Amino acid sequence: MTHVVVDPVTRIEGHLRIEAEVDGGVVKDAWSSSTMFRGIEIILKGRDPRDAWAFTQRICGVCTTVHAIASVRAVENAIGAKPPPNARILRNLIMASQMVQDHVVHFYHLHALDWVDVVSALSADPAKASSLAESISDWPLSSTKYFAGVRDRLKAFVDRGQLGPFANAYWGHPAYRLPPEANLMAVAHYLEALDFQREFIRLHAVLGGKNPHLQSFLVGGMATPIDPNQQASINVGTIAQLKELIAKARDFVARVYLPDVLAVASFYKDWAGHGAGVGNYLVYGEYPEDDGANPSLFLPSGVIWNRDISKIEAFDPAKITEYVTHSWYEYAGGDAKGLHPSQGETSPKYSGPQPPFERLDTSAKYSWLKSPRYGDKPMEVGPLARMLVAYGRGHSRVKALVGDVLGKLGVGPEALFSTLGRIAARAVETMVLAEKMGTWVDALADNMGRGELRIHDNDKWDPSSWPADATGAGFHEAPRGALGHWVHVKDGAIANYQCIVPSTWNAGPRDASGQRGPYEAALLETPVADAEQPLEILRTVHSFDPCMACGVHVVDPLRREVVRVRAR
Amino acid sequence: MTSKLWTLPEELARRGVSRRDFVTFCASVAAYFALPKEAGAEIAAAVQKSLKPSLVWLEFQDCAGNTESLLRASKPTVAEAILDAISLDYHETIMAAAGKRAEAALDKALQEQSGKLLVVIEGAIPTGAGGAYCTVGGRSALQIARDACDKAAGVIAVGTCAAFGGLPAAAPNPTQALGVAEAIPGIRNLVNLPACPANVENLTALLVYFLAYKRWPPLDAQRRPLFAYGKTIHDSCERRAHYDAGQYVEAWGDEGHRTGYCLYKMGCKGPVTHQNCPVVRWNEATNWPIGCGHPCIGCAEPGFWDTMTPFYRHLKGIPGFGIASDIDQIGAAAVGGVAVAFAGHGLVQIGIRSRKKGEEKAEKKGEEP
Repeated sequence: MTHVVVDPVTRIEGHLRIEAEVDGGVVKDAWSSSTMFRGIEIILKGRDPRDAWAFTQRICGVCTTVHAIASVRAVENAIGAKPPPNARILRNLIMASQMVQDHVVHFYHLHALDWVDVVSALSADPAKASSLAESISDWPLSSTKYFAGVRDRLKAFVDRGQLGPFANAYWGHPAYRLPPEANLMAVAHYLEALDFQREFIRLHAVLGGKNPHLQSFLVGGMATPIDPNQQASINVGTIAQLKELIAKARDFVARVYLPDVLAVASFYKDWAGHGAGVGNYLVYGEYPEDDGANPSLFLPSGVIWNRDISKIEAFDPAKITEYVTHSWYEYAGGDAKGLHPSQGETSPKYSGPQPPFERLDTSAKYSWLKSPRYGDKPMEVGPLARMLVAYGRGHSRVKALVGDVLGKLGVGPEALFSTLGRIAARAVETMVLAEKMGTWVDALADNMGRGELRIHDNDKWDPSSWPADATGAGFHEAPRGALGHWVHVKDGAIANYQCIVPSTWNAGPRDASGQRGPYEAALLETPVADAEQPLEILRTVHSFDPCMACGVHVVDPLRREVVRVRAR
Repeated sequence: MTSKLWTLPEELARRGVSRRDFVTFCASVAAYFALPKEAGAEIAAAVQKSLKPSLVWLEFQDCAGNTESLLRASKPTVAEAILDAISLDYHETIMAAAGKRAEAALDKALQEQSGKLLVVIEGAIPTGAGGAYCTVGGRSALQIARDACDKAAGVIAVGTCAAFGGLPAAAPNPTQALGVAEAIPGIRNLVNLPACPANVENLTALLVYFLAYKRWPPLDAQRRPLFAYGKTIHDSCERRAHYDAGQYVEAWGDEGHRTGYCLYKMGCKGPVTHQNCPVVRWNEATNWPIGCGHPCIGCAEPGFWDTMTPFYRHLKGIPGFGIASDIDQIGAAAVGGVAVAFAGHGLVQIGIRSRKKGEEKAEKKGEEP
């Protein structure tokens, strides 16, 4: 039995540590630990709830829109603000573009190097790379000359002896299986995707002033005025700009990202048999298509138990609880019981080893993440969960694309419950959203044409219009999965604030009854060819797209009075 | 693999950037720093002669926002080359290696490049719980930062968290988080590049300057480069004329908002925030927060999460409004009669002319209680 520690887990957002027992070439047990804590919910207490989105937005700079959205929704839910249709449409565009950009970056810049051997690309034959590229897509950057150029550029980089971010990796590891030409094509697209993401995310600057940390969110609506004839507003020119950016995204996803996923997956089909995880999936649903209290959602909500997609259960927020049995917090009523987030309490209490340390005591508390449970069970959230629920609920486009992917790989639906399934689901979701976004731009243009220019519910802006005591919840599907914020507003200020975020669901530690979290469960039986080079562990962990800064939060303890010190 | 001397012209040629493009870029960098035109060629020459220095990017109590900002660098080919002109030897979000191998890459850079290394720190450094609020590879953020800063030729605290503690340090600062300067007193060659996140155009310019001159550009008392933090947002704001004319947004989506009036009454912190946002803008100069219709939240200033909140309450008594410091009255007057507002504006001008540098602090204290 070898004890493997991977810390830092790189190519993720934030600070994650994996400890695992490896025996006979497979993972026998695993522990997921988050090693950073900031205490943002404590910081929020006593503040103006209209400011909360900016604070929570800084939980994560990668998925830079998601906590802002969940926050404004939670506060709107509490105070009864009703954003007008334009605000819904603008938010849909912002959320979907975040998803598209984030998924592309995840595949190429955070995950690909687990499957693509950069050094092997050096020995590629550019002519063969060109044939390969042309056999999978009609993307124009595919000539022999183009791939020769990329190879030469890479070679010069390697010859210089300063490999920078590519230094010291597991190149040559036996688990790398792509032929040199596929590696070269992937390296070329890694570089192209860098350009793509920068160009595409200008959409966030158009609608939010900047990215990261767009600045157009408001409780009750959005701050971007709409007026077809005004230069300082979203106008007809903006509509054209949005359409162009979205068309480019659709093109890149359809002709580069999706074909690449299929090409890479075809060499790693055995990974459809690894990384299954807990098998329960939770989706809050996203992209409201109308402005009612229970709007229809473009991607539906639902719960799947034990991989049975024939039965999709309705989502019930009351079934959510959080445990701290193995987390560095304490509950007043003892750490064995889970609490609903609206009743949540937490005080950080570090009881791990003092740094510097070699190992964590995983029989005790071992993470800054809590352990969220639904109906007392661990749940996987994220693109796979969303695509499974959409598939099970008969979403026509999702069904068609998932069927297409499975058909091309020659595998059955059971292949989805795996490391590879997560990667495929993420690509399918990106395609579905890139195709969908244009309809929201049309809806925006249509409103503009009809003189519907409202962007905000002004009636609920002033705190004097709010109830004296109110609670609210805001749900969102972030790139990494189901996200919820819960807020208690009292006398115009935040009395309590809490978030349960996707990476807490996925990366959380064991609960009171010892049930593993989704990362921990997914790592079981993962093959590890060389314990000194645990590449395979990274594959499964990365397939979830960890976002650890998101995962760590603390709920303000009810019994602890935080004295608000304000610099003047 | 043999280590070879590297030159920028080769790198640029490989990327299809002509020498002329490069010199033009350096000239624009020179203009950025308000250096004479000839300095462009001087910078180009100096950068081309320099070897490829090692840079390690450390993340602590961060959100990776500055890392994402880095990935948005515009002037793609040239800026990429500039960034490639640096060997990015450690960056957790980007690097291929993980775990022990990642730590080994950091150790190697620290040992082999000692004294020549550039260190970028993103995120605050928590000092509570014996350092357990942020560990990497079992070591505390403070331990890692100290080791790296010891070996550095220059340290850049990128983003408001690294510069001043930022969000984790907001009241009541649950983890006793500090900015780099406070956490590790006495670091030589520290430059702060605050904002949430820092604008990558400023980071690129700063790195080019360092490569050329082997020192930082002139800094203010907060160790921020003057080229990016020497003026307030308000000074260069495209909506300044509306402020001066007493034309304010009164409600989200009203006619003034759609027309692009001043956001002062909606809580804009532009008058007390030092940053070049209005000039450089964001995401390849596509837009900036005020440009999209939302007030500035003051994200480049120390302690802004406490001093600038509530974000939507307007500043009061900033120099200029002087005795007529009630913006509500001035705004109301502006609706009724522009002439009255202009009278207010006259006071603004007098106030600004009499303002001295040392009065900045007083300015911030002027926030409505």
